[in-house]
Amino acid sequence: MSDNDTSIIAAPVLTAKDFASDQEAKWCPGCGDHAVLQQLKNVMPELGVTPENIVILSGIGCSSRLPYYMATYGVHGIHGRALPMATGLKVSRPELNVWVATGDGDALSIGGNHFIHTLRRNPDINVVLFNNEIYGLTKGQYSPTSKVGLRTITSPSGVIDQPFNTAALTIGSGGSFFARAFDRDGKYLRSILKRAALHKGTSLVEIYQNCPIFNNAAFEAFATPDNKADHTVYLEQDKPLVFGKEKNKGIILDGFTPVVVDLDKEGLSTSDLWVHNEADINKASILARFADDHADSEEFLPRPFGVFYAAERVTYEDALTAQIKDAQKNGFATLEELLKGESSYVIK
Amino acid sequence: MTDTNKTTRQVNVTSKTSVSVLFAGDSGDGMQLTGTQFANTVAVHGTELNTFPNFPSEIRAPAGTIAGVSGFQLQFSSKPVYTPGARFDVMVAMNSAALKANLKDLHRGGIIIAGTEGFDEKNLKLAGYPEGANPLEDGTLDNYIVFPVPVLQLTREALKESGLSSKEVDRCKNMFVLGLLYWLYTLPLEGTIETLQTKFQKNIQMAEANIKAMKAGYYFGDETELFANLGRFDIAPQKQHGVYRRVTGNEACAIALTAASKKAGLNLFLGSYPITPATEILQTLAKKKKYGVKTFQAEDEIAGIVSSIGAAYGGALAATNTSGPGLALKTEALGLAVILEIPLVIINVQRGGPSTGLPTKPEQSDLFMAMYGRHGEAPMPVIAARSPVDCFYTTYEAARIAIEHMTPVICLSDGYLALSSEPWKVESPDNLVEIKTRFQPERKPEEPPYLPYKRDDRLVRSWAIPGTKGLEHRIGGLEKQNETGNVSHDPENHELMTKLRAEKIARIADTIPLQSIDNGPLKGDLLVLGWGSSYGAIKTAVEQALEAGQSVAHAHLRYIHPFPKNLGEILGNYKQVLIPEMNSGQLIHLIRDTFLIAPVGYGKVQGVPFNEMEILAKITDIIKEIQ
Repeated sequence: MSDNDTSIIAAPVLTAKDFASDQEAKWCPGCGDHAVLQQLKNVMPELGVTPENIVILSGIGCSSRLPYYMATYGVHGIHGRALPMATGLKVSRPELNVWVATGDGDALSIGGNHFIHTLRRNPDINVVLFNNEIYGLTKGQYSPTSKVGLRTITSPSGVIDQPFNTAALTIGSGGSFFARAFDRDGKYLRSILKRAALHKGTSLVEIYQNCPIFNNAAFEAFATPDNKADHTVYLEQDKPLVFGKEKNKGIILDGFTPVVVDLDKEGLSTSDLWVHNEADINKASILARFADDHADSEEFLPRPFGVFYAAERVTYEDALTAQIKDAQKNGFATLEELLKGESSYVIK
Repeated sequence: MTDTNKTTRQVNVTSKTSVSVLFAGDSGDGMQLTGTQFANTVAVHGTELNTFPNFPSEIRAPAGTIAGVSGFQLQFSSKPVYTPGARFDVMVAMNSAALKANLKDLHRGGIIIAGTEGFDEKNLKLAGYPEGANPLEDGTLDNYIVFPVPVLQLTREALKESGLSSKEVDRCKNMFVLGLLYWLYTLPLEGTIETLQTKFQKNIQMAEANIKAMKAGYYFGDETELFANLGRFDIAPQKQHGVYRRVTGNEACAIALTAASKKAGLNLFLGSYPITPATEILQTLAKKKKYGVKTFQAEDEIAGIVSSIGAAYGGALAATNTSGPGLALKTEALGLAVILEIPLVIINVQRGGPSTGLPTKPEQSDLFMAMYGRHGEAPMPVIAARSPVDCFYTTYEAARIAIEHMTPVICLSDGYLALSSEPWKVESPDNLVEIKTRFQPERKPEEPPYLPYKRDDRLVRSWAIPGTKGLEHRIGGLEKQNETGNVSHDPENHELMTKLRAEKIARIADTIPLQSIDNGPLKGDLLVLGWGSSYGAIKTAVEQALEAGQSVAHAHLRYIHPFPKNLGEILGNYKQVLIPEMNSGQLIHLIRDTFLIAPVGYGKVQGVPFNEMEILAKITDIIKEIQ
């Protein structure tokens, strides 16, 4: 059959159900992981990739059980190591669509080294980081993203470690894509997952994911309709940073300092505001720092959601493939040549 | 007419069977290059050859000190040689530290060629000689034949019009010595001239200076009266006709992985992190891109092996290479590879431990770790290479077992094999055993569901790689249900799976060759049972014991887990079994455990390989006791 023949056979239309495995998800009722799993199933049919060409890898933790629930290929690996596994797979099989499901402990604590190195290498994989700011599977110890002061079973007097800032860490590591989404905002999450999937390079999506058992309501400030509008800003390419219930607040850049302004009071219009540009790494770096401020402080900044940064950069596997092609430009080397080597000699 | 024929004086040439030479000097003196060039020349000449470089772990230890001494030992011979020589016959000592560090291993009556500039007051002090003492003058070396040669001065004279800086000129002194040794052993200069011309392609001045220094050394031998009594030597070539190459153990491992991938029809992926003395495997494979080899220098040892597990899941021949501390870091991932039941080759180039230990020195002390160093019950085949060339065949075999039995395999080498070299008659692709790769074929929707942990009669599961329709499946580190591979915490299932994983490895014994006797009678007083790099020393010692009429045989294990099926029977054919190991006794535990016998152990844990004299002495002692 020629290539032309295959093109006229319409691929069957897949639905979210086609991506559901026969295993029942064993997360707690009300866990944000269920919502993320659902959106991942929803987005898969939109990618135009058939299930046999998708591989989902994971480490250890609640979120790392995700591969079992998807009807794709998958490996549930060891703690913190999904990223190098994904790199090895992608490098050897660049045509596959590779995803990693990980959590704040898996990616940023035990797997921290792999996290930074994978980002700088930029293999074309999609990393979904479930951040619940707690260790769920081991029952409630603080994580590297837990807020200072959080009382947990291993921090009875409150956490004293400064938490990681996932966005700043991603950008600082040379990552080519960072976006943030929220488990409860299904439709938006789905759109972000799709953006991440279409990004060529390592895409890092941090999902604020609620753990109802050990760290319930950690993200409540961004969740309830009352709070949400005043505490979040949704990033849109080429659009000014506007937020608030009345859409009357904005952000301007005063030098390198982001400042919240009241559009009604200060005689400013939206054209005076910071305009979002995903390609601008400096602005993305400043956006990443928005998470550092407390909601009750005077320097309060709303929490950004959406694509902070997306840059086109050569992927690791493409660069390696190019080197191999270059080495083979004068033809493939044979087993005979290999065994003979380059410095053989003849004894007569 | 070649330059080397331009002799001006008749000097007596004596034929010898074997010579062991040590080139020793400061790390900055270029002794490794000198030794390598000498080895290449004798190899091309057609003599048998075995080499062993010995250098400090510091890149530049303080110049002139014992810690900074770098050596390259080689034995070349008209008959097969399996070691670089228990002791050397000739020592080139570029400085007093080199002499002091190595004199104990020079045969009494051996030849010393001493670079006199390295024996000045400063160097003598750095080497730790007492004030006023100079071994070249004070009678210390009366039992040896000493040739003091002002190497530096003669090199400077030869290169006074080279236009090079004095530092550059001085660096050519190793070539002067090389030329002198070529003269002494009636060897041609052409091979090294070609090498120098290639190496300094972009710096013709430097190439010419090095060549000139080498020729100056050669003519010095010719012209000086110094060697009139000694004369020159000739080691007759004996190699059979054919095409040869010289390989180190590490190079052989790298070639074997590539060859195995070709034979298996797979792409090769190596995930690795640099570690002495295993790094050359990564370096060699990084240069094999024209064979489609993909190497990945990971951020750490763990990422090295885990990336390989990812590649193996994707259908590559995947490997990782390391040394002891690195293997320790990889052990959690080894457990994953065992439970996933995917092919993976782990090459462990052993070095002295524990911890950082002796990074540049060999030891066989990771056998227990290879056998047992995992959490849970995680059996894995363990095989070991015996010589630099055998690193090829053993690594190739590791790949075959991994692919055909869907299991990680540990292939043991050590720092001695890794860096030693010997000539290898170039292998024909047709002589390599076939490696049967069987990917699970596509499944039609109407067919029964795919069962990832269904096994064949060898208990091997199928390799179903992503991209294959109908085989989508999820596997992982959690215990699996038999056949389906679904997560299962069922108690009976866990016990069943534990047994199946062990039995699968045990059944590999059905497919490997029976153990053979390398040398000696099939029944007798003593069997020397070895594994790994002690092969050469044991082989040579047993040959000598047999010549002396002793009832002794030698068997050398490649397969340590599982053991060859007939090993127990072989062990029963001798009154006693001797197990020499470069550790405090590890194989001996396995042998005692498996066969309930009481062999004699002989451990050496000095970061230095066994030599044949030590083993011969032990054999003689034991046989005396038996009789």
